[in-house]
Amino acid sequence: MKIDLLGVSARHPAAKPNAPDAIRDLSLTIAAGEQVAVIGASGSGKTTLLHVFACAMTPTRGQLRFDGTDPWTQSTADLQKTRGKLFLAPQVPPLPPRQRVVTAVLAGRLPHQSLFASVRSLFYPSGMDVAEAALARFDLAEKLFERVDRLSGGERQRVGLARTLVSDASLFLVDEPLSALDPARATLAISSLTAAAKERNATLVCTLHQVDTALASFPRIIGLRDGVLAFDVPAAQVTQTMLHALYANKLDELNGPAPAVEGLSQAPLPAVMHCR
Amino acid sequence: MLVLPTKTIRTPTLPLKGRGSSDDQTTPGIRRDPAWRTRVFWFLAAIVIAWPMLIATEFKPWELVEGNSLKSTLKFLGDFFPPKIESSFLLMVARETWRTVAIATAGIAIALVVAIPLTLISVRVLSISGLTGRMNAWPASVRYVTRALMIVLRSVPELIWALVFVRVVGLGPTAGVLAIALTYGGMLGKVYAEILESGEAHATTSLLRNGSGRLQAFFYGLLPQNAAEITSYTVYRWECAIRSSAVLGFVGAGGLGQQMDTSMKMFNGSEVATMLLVFMALVWLADYASAWLRRSLA
Repeated sequence: MKIDLLGVSARHPAAKPNAPDAIRDLSLTIAAGEQVAVIGASGSGKTTLLHVFACAMTPTRGQLRFDGTDPWTQSTADLQKTRGKLFLAPQVPPLPPRQRVVTAVLAGRLPHQSLFASVRSLFYPSGMDVAEAALARFDLAEKLFERVDRLSGGERQRVGLARTLVSDASLFLVDEPLSALDPARATLAISSLTAAAKERNATLVCTLHQVDTALASFPRIIGLRDGVLAFDVPAAQVTQTMLHALYANKLDELNGPAPAVEGLSQAPLPAVMHCR
Repeated sequence: MLVLPTKTIRTPTLPLKGRGSSDDQTTPGIRRDPAWRTRVFWFLAAIVIAWPMLIATEFKPWELVEGNSLKSTLKFLGDFFPPKIESSFLLMVARETWRTVAIATAGIAIALVVAIPLTLISVRVLSISGLTGRMNAWPASVRYVTRALMIVLRSVPELIWALVFVRVVGLGPTAGVLAIALTYGGMLGKVYAEILESGEAHATTSLLRNGSGRLQAFFYGLLPQNAAEITSYTVYRWECAIRSSAVLGFVGAGGLGQQMDTSMKMFNGSEVATMLLVFMALVWLADYASAWLRRSLA
């Protein structure tokens, strides 16, 4: 799927009215099957950009186009069909704690399944082999029938990535896939993602905090700074000067580990409700 | 627990009485809790608000311990002992208990049939147009109408529904079942929607954003997230339905309540005591079932 951004600005719907837009006046084109890494300090608008791509956020200005058509001009039903061709993997894996891994992974196929088939799959999982193969690419096949809340933070993140692989999407949008993974697992995860995208000729857009990994695994790098496009070049042309300018005042993020994610390891406790 | 080192808690902006110079901030004992004044205010406000209410409800607890009323109360309670344990009476109680459980269970089952669709329509988390800000006008108004319908269902007390249905279908358990079904349908629908909306919505919105249908997102995200809470609330409501079927029995809707009404009218305290013990056993059973279900779902 080919994506065009034409002068797009966007902000979170709950943002304060006088706050600046999270991304401003972005214009870029991503060809079908291309693999792109988005880098930038935290708060630079990486996640907002992914949400605009995923049709999870309406642009306040400008236009988004998939293969030439603006998804926001479609009816709600058609828009939802379009969303079925996109897959957004959030940074914190969206997994209900009591669900089993096999169900959580197969949830990636829901947009391409009838309601009947998906309810039947709750009673007896259909496509266990698909789920297992996807988990195996992240070295997690033995956890197929475990419950999500028995997994570690890194394992949950890999379950979230395995869900990406079972979906039939033609555009993968992956937000910080490595934030809870150790270096060896991170290398495996990123190579599995890029290989899977290549096999399906799907477009892959991935935000990353690990600049080295981004430069090593992605042919094209987009740098965001304060919501504005800082650079958009092939990986080979990224220089230390550009990186220093991108992470100015936040050099610890460039060199050090990614900032910790809240809520990855411990799911928030549900509010306990008594007597009504 | 949040533990703060006490030296960091300082409120230099607050004017403090009895302090000589403003620079000796470490002196203990003089400083006041800034929340104290607010607490006193709300405590006094609660009394001022509650006083007229107590007068309006003719709240005179001392009448309970006055000689005459105390004597009649003790006489009534004294009749309760010993509970009646005649075998033919126990057989009748067992039969009526079974009928009471059946009324409550059937009522809850029909209430679920009413409540689940209403919940699914009204729950905001499952709105696709609500994903990117405000919900569209049409789904928002449908949701509003559904909420209003649930308010109508549950604002009419089950006793009134029972009186209506006793006239329609005649004396007997059917009226009780229908009354419980309507009132509890409204209650369950409202509370289910609240439970589903107050839980963590991330799993559900992620599924919707990736193009899943609403019901698919419900079965794969929302329901597993909130199943334990919903189950325990349903069991608690079943327990309430057993209690409420006792009240409904007084207006002729069958079950243990109707027998209790008869015994009360004949001032037969020992029969009432037996039936109250059965009610306690049923509530204990519901409590036990709820705990077991929560454990197995947790």
